[in-house]
Amino acid sequence: MTSESHPVSPQPTTHRADLRPEHICDAVIRLAGNSQDGIQSAGALLARLAGRSDQDVMTYMTIPSTISGGPSLFQVRVGTGEVLSPGDEADFLVAFYQHSYKDNIAFLREGGVLLYDSDHVEPDFDDKRFVYVGIPITGLTVEALGGTAKDKGKNIFVLGLLARIFDFDVEKIKRLLREKFGGKNESVLNTALMAFQAGYAYPVGNVLSTRYKFEVSEDAGGRPQLTMDGNQAIAYGLIAAGVRYGAAYPITPWTTIMETLRAELPKYGGLFVQCEDEIGAVSMALGFSYSGHLAITGSSGPGISLKTEAIGWATMAEMPLIIVNVQRGGPSTGLPTNVEQSDLYQAIYGGHGDSPRVVLAPSNVEDCFYIAIEAARIARTYSTPVFILSDASLATRIQAFDEPDLKSLVVEFLPNLTPRAPGFQPYPLEGLTQHAPPGTPMLGGVYPTVTGLEHDEMGHPTGSPRLHMAMTAKRRNKLQKLAGEIPTPEVFGDPEGEVLLVGWGSTYGPIHEAVKTASEAGESLSALHLRHLNPLPNGLEKIFAKFRRVVVVEMNDQGLYGYGQLASLLRARYCDPKITSLNKTSGLTFRVKEILEGVLK
Amino acid sequence: MSTPAAVGLPTEKLTKKALTADHPTWCPGCGDFAVLASFYKMLERRQLPHEKIVTLAGIGCSSRFPYFVNTHGGHFIHGRAVPLASGVSLARPDLHVFLFGGDGDAFSIGGNHLEHGARKNINVTYVIMDNFVYGLTKKQTSPTSPIGFKSKTDPQGAVDQPVNPMKKLVSAGASFVARSHATQVNHMVEMMDRAMQHPGFSVVEILSECVEFYPGAFDAGNPRKGGVFQLIEEKKWDGTPEDEERHDITDEIAAYKLASLPFPGLFGVFYESDRPTKNALEAQWVQSSREKTGGLSALEILQKTFDRMK
Repeated sequence: MTSESHPVSPQPTTHRADLRPEHICDAVIRLAGNSQDGIQSAGALLARLAGRSDQDVMTYMTIPSTISGGPSLFQVRVGTGEVLSPGDEADFLVAFYQHSYKDNIAFLREGGVLLYDSDHVEPDFDDKRFVYVGIPITGLTVEALGGTAKDKGKNIFVLGLLARIFDFDVEKIKRLLREKFGGKNESVLNTALMAFQAGYAYPVGNVLSTRYKFEVSEDAGGRPQLTMDGNQAIAYGLIAAGVRYGAAYPITPWTTIMETLRAELPKYGGLFVQCEDEIGAVSMALGFSYSGHLAITGSSGPGISLKTEAIGWATMAEMPLIIVNVQRGGPSTGLPTNVEQSDLYQAIYGGHGDSPRVVLAPSNVEDCFYIAIEAARIARTYSTPVFILSDASLATRIQAFDEPDLKSLVVEFLPNLTPRAPGFQPYPLEGLTQHAPPGTPMLGGVYPTVTGLEHDEMGHPTGSPRLHMAMTAKRRNKLQKLAGEIPTPEVFGDPEGEVLLVGWGSTYGPIHEAVKTASEAGESLSALHLRHLNPLPNGLEKIFAKFRRVVVVEMNDQGLYGYGQLASLLRARYCDPKITSLNKTSGLTFRVKEILEGVLK
Repeated sequence: MSTPAAVGLPTEKLTKKALTADHPTWCPGCGDFAVLASFYKMLERRQLPHEKIVTLAGIGCSSRFPYFVNTHGGHFIHGRAVPLASGVSLARPDLHVFLFGGDGDAFSIGGNHLEHGARKNINVTYVIMDNFVYGLTKKQTSPTSPIGFKSKTDPQGAVDQPVNPMKKLVSAGASFVARSHATQVNHMVEMMDRAMQHPGFSVVEILSECVEFYPGAFDAGNPRKGGVFQLIEEKKWDGTPEDEERHDITDEIAAYKLASLPFPGLFGVFYESDRPTKNALEAQWVQSSREKTGGLSALEILQKTFDRMK
């Protein structure tokens, strides 16, 4: 937010309804309350509104793993132009309770606005750094809605306040409210509209000297924007890729993917099954894949540990399968609602024996959609398990992105049951495995077996040293072949210079914003972001050679030897001592300034 | 999702020869040979389309089954063959899914999956070759080993109460539960045949002797060894006084009572119910979802969803 604000008294003084709005390009709004206050849904409505208004938007939220009670926050960053991170500091803090104020005030930038519920919060007015705007949010909500709703609806009241302050399009918000609450009974929608109207009508001009208006986006009039979170984007990406079957077990933060697929797949003639446990789920998914329908299973860290044996079978039997891991803090139950990128080793190496598999990671919500399509393509072409490593921050982050060109992306697959000629082999030593699903007539009269035992080309068990060597090489070689077709990623910023940041997954935003910020300050900083982590694309060494230092930024521990998980892999592969690590293990996403300070110190 | 049928193919008679694959790796005298022979016989009798037969298994001596049957088949990991087979069955209603395994696979490591496969009433036929011992790993206690059985892991004799397969299956919700003996080929063929024709989770437990590590375990049920192979007399619903005494296979409590008889107990069908399969229930949901979308293509459905996210 680029405006100058002045401290005002917490009491309404003068009437300022005629204020002209100030134009801004970027605002970080943090809503802090308790988990039952519905601030997530208010924040999500804001994000969707921004997406519909051609604003770029990114959100950040934390919810305690308890169902009700406990502090919760939702942060929306709305910008005109590209928004890369949820923002290091808030311009605007909405505090519902004293603890919300205390825990989050350090996050408000100097000159930022604290909008607080004066029924619950007593700020420290001696701290002159902020603009204080006290509004009896609870009392006014109860007054507007009558007794039975109690203070439910505070979230929508605040949405009304924000709509007034930021000059949002009221008609668009009302339409969003109708979409969100219209499905329930009429009174729920009416209550929401009343709460919104009460907030919007509050004479906020009396207590806040400035109103704001977002600049119109340069992109306006381009492709329409879709607004969704990362888990939705993965689910719809899989649907676009023709994935119609899957099975899983609920675990945070993976669960919303299976909820979406369970509800959506039947519309496409497919099915998603909730299984008795993680092992049952991966096994059922492999049954779907064996039957000729590429399937998806998924989980978060602990659940992936349970699936490990069956994923090894998928490597051995060369069965296509997509495994989504929405990473959270580990090990064990760890930090179920926080973010970490500490399952990279597990994805690449988690399993007994030499069991190569493909590992991909989406860099933002939009990429969650496209990486799912890429995963399906690779799984089918190479008949292999493919991991998608998302994380807790992408799972719930709501972003707006250009509507994908579905006509060129949506595919439909049926099991290939065309009769196979005599001599068909499920595991040819020369060439890629493409299974004949059950139901396929075998014209030579010999039927194939898929197996977790080491096998010959027909899938029958063998203890032959020669065949074990040859089949191990077959499973390895196909991933080397895949590496050859992955495009080498492009450097963001100068293609040569002092420092190259290397990232993967959800750190894309803060890393790229760090590069922009550093470049504006005249520092030499570039970035390389990897979507394919196993196999790595070829040619990275040529990129590394152009920089004096290569710093791998990732949200995992520096390990026993001082390097994070991707950094260790890159050092092992390239034997290049200039590759170092910048790690973070707080369970929170990187702030831009943490990257800048960590790299340029 | 519909699956295109293969057309214009020569239909050859399905013979034992056409169904035979690798020579079994079982020890000479193993009861599983007779189970395999009975499976061939049942398939010969039924003449199912060759390519529509799927043979799946977990891990164990008996789980080697798929290698010995020349059909589409898969050899999975220990204890997890029920969910694997469930995936095949749910996605491909055109197939006949057969699952083979032992007591360790079914009642120990795979116990939870058995429970839920039965509860969901998934349309598969599961033949459990129960030998009361772990054979592949050479004589450890199994979940069905009787108390007192001396194994390498219970040198003083097993102390844990064994699983009662019939009770477990009936209580879990399996909709066809039968028991047979590997020395009784005709009975096995009949039980497998009825299980195959039953829509739902159908299980046949077959007492199949491990001659190497638990010889003589099932002699009490084998007339040739001086035992008694006594069949369950099923109700004929003919209104006769003797029918009063016969077993009502739809009666869970009666099945429990039969399952409580001392070893070797009775053989035949303990329980059968016609409750709907998960296959049918899910297919109904898919069908009603498809009707709601009015025959739109995948592209059109997804486009409509995205239009709501703008």
